[in-house]
Amino acid sequence: MSAAPAGGRRPGERPSGPPARPPAQRTGAPRPAADTSGAAPGAAPPGPVALAPAPGLWPALGAVYRAQLSRARVARIPLLFVATFQSLGILVLLRGVVDPGPGEAARAVVAGSTVLVVAFVALNLLAQHFGRLRASGGLDHYATLPVPAAAVALGTAAAYASFTLPGAAVTAVTGSVLYELPMGGLWLLAAVVPLAGAALAGLGAALGLLAPRPELATLCGQLGMSAALLLGVLPASRMPAPVQLVRDLLPSTYGVEALAAVLRPDPQWDAVAVGLTVCTVAGAAALALATWSYRRAATR
Amino acid sequence: MPALDVSGLEKTYRGPRRNRSPVRANAGISLRVRHGEIFGLLGPNGAGKTTLVRQLTGLLRPDAGRITLLGHDLCRHPRRAPRLLAYLGQQSTALDELTVSLAVETTGRLRGLGAPAARHERDAVLDELGLGALAGRPLNSLSGGERRLACVAAALTGHRSFLVLDEPTTGMDPVARRAVWSAIDRRRTERGTTVLLVTHNVSEAEAVLDRVAVLDGGRIIACDTPAGLKARVGDEVRLDLVWRDRPPLEVPAVAALRARAGIAGRRWTLRLGPEAARGVVATVTTGPAFAALEDFTLATVSLEDVYLALGGRSPGLVREGGVTG
Repeated sequence: MSAAPAGGRRPGERPSGPPARPPAQRTGAPRPAADTSGAAPGAAPPGPVALAPAPGLWPALGAVYRAQLSRARVARIPLLFVATFQSLGILVLLRGVVDPGPGEAARAVVAGSTVLVVAFVALNLLAQHFGRLRASGGLDHYATLPVPAAAVALGTAAAYASFTLPGAAVTAVTGSVLYELPMGGLWLLAAVVPLAGAALAGLGAALGLLAPRPELATLCGQLGMSAALLLGVLPASRMPAPVQLVRDLLPSTYGVEALAAVLRPDPQWDAVAVGLTVCTVAGAAALALATWSYRRAATR
Repeated sequence: MPALDVSGLEKTYRGPRRNRSPVRANAGISLRVRHGEIFGLLGPNGAGKTTLVRQLTGLLRPDAGRITLLGHDLCRHPRRAPRLLAYLGQQSTALDELTVSLAVETTGRLRGLGAPAARHERDAVLDELGLGALAGRPLNSLSGGERRLACVAAALTGHRSFLVLDEPTTGMDPVARRAVWSAIDRRRTERGTTVLLVTHNVSEAEAVLDRVAVLDGGRIIACDTPAGLKARVGDEVRLDLVWRDRPPLEVPAVAALRARAGIAGRRWTLRLGPEAARGVVATVTTGPAFAALEDFTLATVSLEDVYLALGGRSPGLVREGGVTG
């Protein structure tokens, strides 16, 4: 039913409308085998359709973890390198004012810079990630899958904590060389990074999921990381009492103290045990908070 | 028993902080979708489609009303929705940094498939949609249409017998569109899959839907087959005239049409009886009117015309891009 006058269109002009061919031809789509009554009903089951099985917590957590971990291939610079470069920069910068050797200041700088890598990625970047997901509607993808809330929150937090392991190791080794500290206790990173990572990632996830706007999630993440930097890298004994109180409230502090306790010739294992215990408790609480926040954000 | 039975669904949002007047997004929506049907929700932005879909998928609790999906009461058990349906939303941010392959496989795993089954389904659906060559690429490195196709692949994994697809073919080329509709039709034929399609693209709606509910202002203003809806506006046809520079108002027949035309720049749109349309075509294809005419199109009414004829208030439906590719 369509025709155009001789002369046609001017060059560059859009056609005046879609050609009035039959719709099915226009799409190239197969017209469903609809009858004229409009329905192409399948055989309706007599009762409720059986629910599809939901994945268990661990398989779902594993799938989320694996998927999130794979993002390091695509976004390796922000996820793996930036935090490490920042911490290495701080190590070099403070080397000018802190004497090498196993003094309190040198140990605080090395342990603080190492845990800062964890804070940067697990707290700051994860807060941004969840803030962005929440604002863009990306959480709907998970919320419409039969996946336990804990699997999404914990799987993502675990992946972000894992991103920090190489950077934390590089920072700790570099710092120990630069500040002439014993490296025999650095194996403790295998405990400090996951436990501090759990606490900080849980906190980061909760901030990102609870912040009403993504900019606020970013701001909170940045503030948390700045606090971890200032309160972790400087020796506690030189801080005023109110600041020490704030330092005590930050979960990363206990990771720093546990690590600092093994950067001396005679490691203080009781301090390590206290630090890691607090990290574990804070980590469990933070991850529970993250799970609750996810559930709340996903079903607004 | 219908696949989906919705009755009296109500949802009102609080207004923005500075203006607390509430927004009634769904105002008593009732509809029934039969098993194996491709059922459309058509309406402009703000008509209440998204709110309705968010309630059906368990993302939002209705203020009042009842939703029964495949025999399950979703108002009482919203967490059952993910075990009954697959949802393709408009956003892909959750999958953006994953490869196509991993995005599909992970979605399958999270829909309850075991690892071998998820891998098998991943390979099958990527092959079905022609995504094999893109399997190793992250979604955020793909074009909009390719990314959308990858999201469709993720939505089709996991054997759900009810699919809720929100603008599934946005940005796709004709080949991809054909692949999507073939895949959906195959599931319908082989497994009796029911599809709820959200669209504001009338061309796509006319082409693929069995029945369509037209939404406006949070209400369903009509629900019928596309042909049935079009029959409601009688036998009118739509005539679009595009003038080269200006309309030849010195031709009396053209000047007389001006008052009846919807005018957008150099385009005039007229809805006329077939006899009158023939007369106008004869007029504008002869003499000075023809010299001034750039292009014209004569078509049967579309669902957009139906929407406006039924009292739809927002001119927000699109014809282009949806189907012609």
